[in-house]
Amino acid sequence: MGKLTIPQEELMNSGHIGCLGCGGTLAMRYLLKALGKRTMITIPACCIAIMSGIYPRNFLKVPLLDVAFETTAASASGIRAALDAKGIDDVYVVGFGGDGGTADIGIQALSGTAERGDNIIYVMYDNEAYMNTGIQRSGATPFGAWTTTTPVGTTGDFKKRPKKNMVEIMVAHDIPYAATASVAYPEDFVKKVMKAKDMDGTKFFHVFSPCPTGWRYSPEMTIQIGVLAFQTTVFPMYEVENGVYRVTKKPAKRKPVADYLKLQGRFKHLDDETIKIIQKNVDRNWEMLLAKAEFTKKFAE
Amino acid sequence: MAKSVEDLPYIPLMSESSAVNKTGVWRVIKPIVDQEECNQCYICWKFCPDVAIHIDEEGSILIDYDHCKGCGICEAVCPKKCIEMVKEE
Ligand SMILES: Cc1ncc(C[n+]2csc(CCOP(=O)(O)OP(=O)(O)O)c2C)c(N)n1
Ligand code: SF4
Ligand code: SF4
Ligand code: SF4
Ligand SMILES: [Mg+2]
Repeated sequence: MGKLTIPQEELMNSGHIGCLGCGGTLAMRYLLKALGKRTMITIPACCIAIMSGIYPRNFLKVPLLDVAFETTAASASGIRAALDAKGIDDVYVVGFGGDGGTADIGIQALSGTAERGDNIIYVMYDNEAYMNTGIQRSGATPFGAWTTTTPVGTTGDFKKRPKKNMVEIMVAHDIPYAATASVAYPEDFVKKVMKAKDMDGTKFFHVFSPCPTGWRYSPEMTIQIGVLAFQTTVFPMYEVENGVYRVTKKPAKRKPVADYLKLQGRFKHLDDETIKIIQKNVDRNWEMLLAKAEFTKKFAE
Repeated sequence: MAKSVEDLPYIPLMSESSAVNKTGVWRVIKPIVDQEECNQCYICWKFCPDVAIHIDEEGSILIDYDHCKGCGICEAVCPKKCIEMVKEE
């Protein structure tokens, strides 16, 4: 028998109703492996909220609370306050929201939670659009992407604004820990959660979660697409601990972004000129990240 | 499972595992593992979004066809190329 690289215990059930090859469900599966049974989760409207199927079914083996779209972080803060009042201190409280529910609709509540320093873990599983309602553009949709509200068509109207950088926004709140992770690298994700889970205060994870339905690719490619997002540095792996940046995984050799874009139908309208613009932005963001890591090194404890 | 409205709690509580949903019926292609070739690296287990790959006492890979949706991720990630997707009858 070989060795397992992540914990074996499954706290997510089979029989959930996610699409074939759903990346978001993997984010949940890995998160619970890292946190264990003494965990409570609050989930806003999103694909993950409907995973259980019809009442009274539950796709998780831990308590889960379905809340209104904009209240994920506020409800997590509330659960923590209730646990504190009852003197229960061995439970992890998690807000688990989509990119729309986090970067746009729930950002006010999240900012409040982070500013108060409430002791919760927030996970934004990022499928780069409002998927559950039919692939509408969100603040986390990347430049160049087709969605049903940036429909390309005859006007060439793909998304023209860059992806909102949620880790930066969270770092600006002076929280102890913020990190990116990807479902293509579960060991890295689990390790980061293990490292941060007992820190006091708000911990934030931005988890890259490929979505075959919304990104227009065949479901077996979910992991391959996550790997390419890392290798091209479209989605780099890093953590920020008390303001100090550290790149946790570096690709041996960076691949051109076209390798990543060409596998997905949502980018198929892009011409060479536009791909060049995307490459330039990805290069710049990568250089900036390395510079931040270099610059903040001296502030490490 | 509650039999009537009277059996339901005042606050809706989800009390039953989603495993009662037999999502295996969604499948159009089916993963078949060649156990002779498998080196038990568990990479397929790691990446199955449907928690439909189990490891038995001997350490062998076991696919739960009641829940496997046939996404093909396991075939795509297997380094030994010992999972084959075949058409469902
Ligand atoms: C206040 C409110 N507005 C709109 C909706 C409809 N709605 C439900 S899920 C969803 C999309 C959520 O997108 P995201 O947070 O990115 O999660 P995903 O579905 O992509 O997993 C929307 C718009 C709602 N439930 N509540
Ligand atoms: S639309 Fe995307 S995120 Fe939602 S269940 Fe399907 S694959 Fe998962
Ligand atoms: S085909 Fe997909 S759902 Fe079925 S066992 Fe393989 S990875 Fe799991
Ligand atoms: S990935 Fe392939 S070799 Fe590894 S355990 Fe699965 S079937 Fe066996
Ligand atoms: Mg989304």
